[in-house]
Amino acid sequence: MGDAYTPGLTVTRSAVVRKTRRLPLPGEVVVQVGQKVKAADVVARTALPGKVNLVNLANAIGVMPDELSSKLAVAIGAPIAKDQIIAKSTSFFGLFKSIATSPIDGTLESVSEVTGSAVLREPPIPVEVTAYVDGTIVEIIPNEGVIIESRAALVQGIFGLAGEVTAPITVVAKQADQVLDAKDLKPEHEGKIVIGGGRATLAALRRAIELGVSGVVCGGFAYQDVKELLGYDVGVAVTGSEPLATTLVVTEGFGDIAMAKATYDLLASLEGKRASVNGATQIRAGVIRPEVVVPHGDAADAALNGASHGLELGAPVRCIRAPYFGRIGKVSGLPVDLHTMPSETKVRVLEVDFDGAKIVIPRANVEVIEQ
Amino acid sequence: MIATDCGSTTTKAILIEKNDQGEYRLACRGEAPTTVEAPVEDVTRGVINAIREIQELRGRQFLRDEDATGAILKPQQGDAGTDLYISTSSAGGGLQMMVTGVVKKMTAESAARAALGAGAIVMDAIATNDRRLPHEKIERIRQLRPDMILLAGGTDGGTVKHVVALAELLRAAQPRPRLGSSFDLPVIYAGNAEVRAEIEKILQGRCSLQVVDNVRPSLEHENLGPARDAIHDLFMEHVMQQAPGYAKLMAWADVPIMPTPGAMGLIIQALAERDKVNVVGVDIGGATTDVFSVFDGVFNRTVSANLGMSYSVSNVLAEAGIANIQRWVPFDLEEHELRDRIGNKMIRPTTIPQTLDELKIEQAISREALRLSFIQHKQFAVKLRGVQRETTISDAFDQEGTPNTLVDMMKLDLLVGSGGVLSHAPRRNQSTMMMIDAFGVEGVTELAVDSIFMMPHLGVLSTVHPAAATEVFEKDCLVRLGTCIAPVGGRSGSTGHVLDVELALPGGSKKLSLSHGDLVRIDLADGETAKAVLTPARGVDVGRGPGERFEQTLRGGSSGLIFDARGRRPMAIPTERAARVAAATRWTKALDLYPE
Repeated sequence: MGDAYTPGLTVTRSAVVRKTRRLPLPGEVVVQVGQKVKAADVVARTALPGKVNLVNLANAIGVMPDELSSKLAVAIGAPIAKDQIIAKSTSFFGLFKSIATSPIDGTLESVSEVTGSAVLREPPIPVEVTAYVDGTIVEIIPNEGVIIESRAALVQGIFGLAGEVTAPITVVAKQADQVLDAKDLKPEHEGKIVIGGGRATLAALRRAIELGVSGVVCGGFAYQDVKELLGYDVGVAVTGSEPLATTLVVTEGFGDIAMAKATYDLLASLEGKRASVNGATQIRAGVIRPEVVVPHGDAADAALNGASHGLELGAPVRCIRAPYFGRIGKVSGLPVDLHTMPSETKVRVLEVDFDGAKIVIPRANVEVIEQ
Repeated sequence: MIATDCGSTTTKAILIEKNDQGEYRLACRGEAPTTVEAPVEDVTRGVINAIREIQELRGRQFLRDEDATGAILKPQQGDAGTDLYISTSSAGGGLQMMVTGVVKKMTAESAARAALGAGAIVMDAIATNDRRLPHEKIERIRQLRPDMILLAGGTDGGTVKHVVALAELLRAAQPRPRLGSSFDLPVIYAGNAEVRAEIEKILQGRCSLQVVDNVRPSLEHENLGPARDAIHDLFMEHVMQQAPGYAKLMAWADVPIMPTPGAMGLIIQALAERDKVNVVGVDIGGATTDVFSVFDGVFNRTVSANLGMSYSVSNVLAEAGIANIQRWVPFDLEEHELRDRIGNKMIRPTTIPQTLDELKIEQAISREALRLSFIQHKQFAVKLRGVQRETTISDAFDQEGTPNTLVDMMKLDLLVGSGGVLSHAPRRNQSTMMMIDAFGVEGVTELAVDSIFMMPHLGVLSTVHPAAATEVFEKDCLVRLGTCIAPVGGRSGSTGHVLDVELALPGGSKKLSLSHGDLVRIDLADGETAKAVLTPARGVDVGRGPGERFEQTLRGGSSGLIFDARGRRPMAIPTERAARVAAATRWTKALDLYPE
């Protein structure tokens, strides 16, 4: 149980951020190791197999499936055009003719002599992967993608919606607990990453989408509002593909909750800088956190992100469950024995110092703030 | 012996030792967060951490310095090391499969039963008659990225064309496996035996194809064994090899690693077989809830892939609705606050309820997760469809539950609960009540709970050392909670009289007269029994038919005897806010569920 604590979210002014940019299928990597790239640069491309159409040719031209191969007007594997005849049959000494035409442009992939069906495949769909962050290519994964390294400020959130955007930061909230409402958003925020403080209201998000704001970063958001926004409940925390015009990054959790002061101060200091923001969240299987990455190319005090110091005396921690949810303090004690909580649950605990007040909390209910 | 279970959230290790009396007993347990995911991405790290905790608690050495031959010290030398190491796993999403069949309710259902029985999650069942167009099915197969596909369809000597068409769909879709982009997706063919050559021709070179006997050789018979065995083999050979750290874990283990639900299924079946009883077992985890049943010797298992207490807790809210969760909360709580708390549990899945209110909310959610999972199970655990059979007039009038289901709550003898929220509830009465509420037990039903969540470990142990598995199961694993007596029928919701009870308890006799809405608990310790004469009111059934009086010996447990006259089909729970809270509070007090 010495390891029974939740690895925290990183909030740091300077770290070496590594991003793996991978194609969904093997393809071509178009950059070299050592090459400097900008967020919008393409680093790898491939083509996804086209959509498939099944057409029962045997039925269409009135022959048995095993007779079909002799009735094809196009060779297997050959390109086909929409409305092109792909099979034909004649009967009564050529008096009656039946034809089957292609419903798509593509290729005739295969024909079955058992079912009489033909597989027609549409042209491949090109897919490109961009760098997403400004940085340097440090590794090529042959045929699959690249690893990009960037010296950057990094803020990891806990929950987000919608995918990758790159835009300049603008700070709207005057302090870390200020609720972000619709009236705070103005036309000049179009194409910007707006930094809120505490909770962002549903009206604020809707206004951001209306104005074309690229991203909103805030401390809290009501869980009910996620449903209102999307039209459905997010039952399992796997997000990133929502068709929203504005990417959302929530740094603390659901409810009326202020952004951690260190997070707010860091983001506020980055006003005007260009940030790469992603709302994609996956709590399970892989753990993807929403994030704000602000590359600065400043190597001075950068440390490789991911090295955690763990739960130790003096470590800054964030409480992640009621009744102290959202509060930030420092570890002041790590008792070994199990403690009985008011819920009568027996757990390993730690003692947290909240500005002088010492409180006992289950170890599982804190998150180390990685700095 | 050391056994581990790598769950989606935590890795649990147990140590079993032979004591001075020659008995195999649980000596100690340890746990640590599962490390299959980033940043560690090596399942063995969590295993080592869990075993290290045993090492610290027991004061004995089980781990050696890590080297090429493995970190677990084997065999035992003096006081150090262990003779046997085994493991189960459901980490990283478990085993995710897609199945096919010609007819949705026949061969596709048999294929799903084979996959579920092997411990898999069935992501989708593609059938010729499932009303989707071919291109929709192809798109679906492409999107899913399963670990494995079970291609079934047709009885032996039956349709050829439809089975070939299913294989052609697969070929056109070119499905890729979830883990590892470089290996071929394993496909098991278990359909019409006469089409094997054709299937091999279509799929050869495009996937890793294995051919086994048909899961449905005729409409009247299912033959799930060969497909299940092939799934287990491929799970080990292909899928586990791709998961982070599993190759190392497999080298450490003395017997093949089993999917957790497969191991749990073994122990439930063994229990039903040994005691000749009908059993329902449930394992509620962080991401999924598994339900197992054995009725009249027929085993069924279902997995509700997105009903769990951590990662998928918000999905319980989405599927059950806020009102259904609120009805079990014995205090008033604003809807938006309840939603935020559930959302926060989803994004911080490893947190623990510190306050009493938080515990009550979690236990309310668990009731709905269990209830919904059980509904899915009842819909799936049905008699073979497609078999000609006679129906009676009573079938036509049966409006309750799922027609054709094998699950008959009146015939259920034993309900066994497992998983964190049930095994680790601070008071055993809380587990008792969660199970009674969620499953709506009827008639006379014994209840038990897995003491510390070790049934999967014992399931896999039973394959190599049945004597040790049985001994530990009886003495350390199965905690008898007691017996619930729940009358059904009569004027539900009214205050009418429903049941008279005469009890011959170890300390003397006792008489009870129950009215609608009553919930009464009587002390009767584990190991004790009481003779009961149950006299239901007219129209009320306690197991032998409406109004039928009978005698039965009732078994005690940590919760004793629970007489539950709150009504069934459905349970009468007030809908008005104040009345709902008052009822939940009254029932909570009757069982002394929470501290004052």
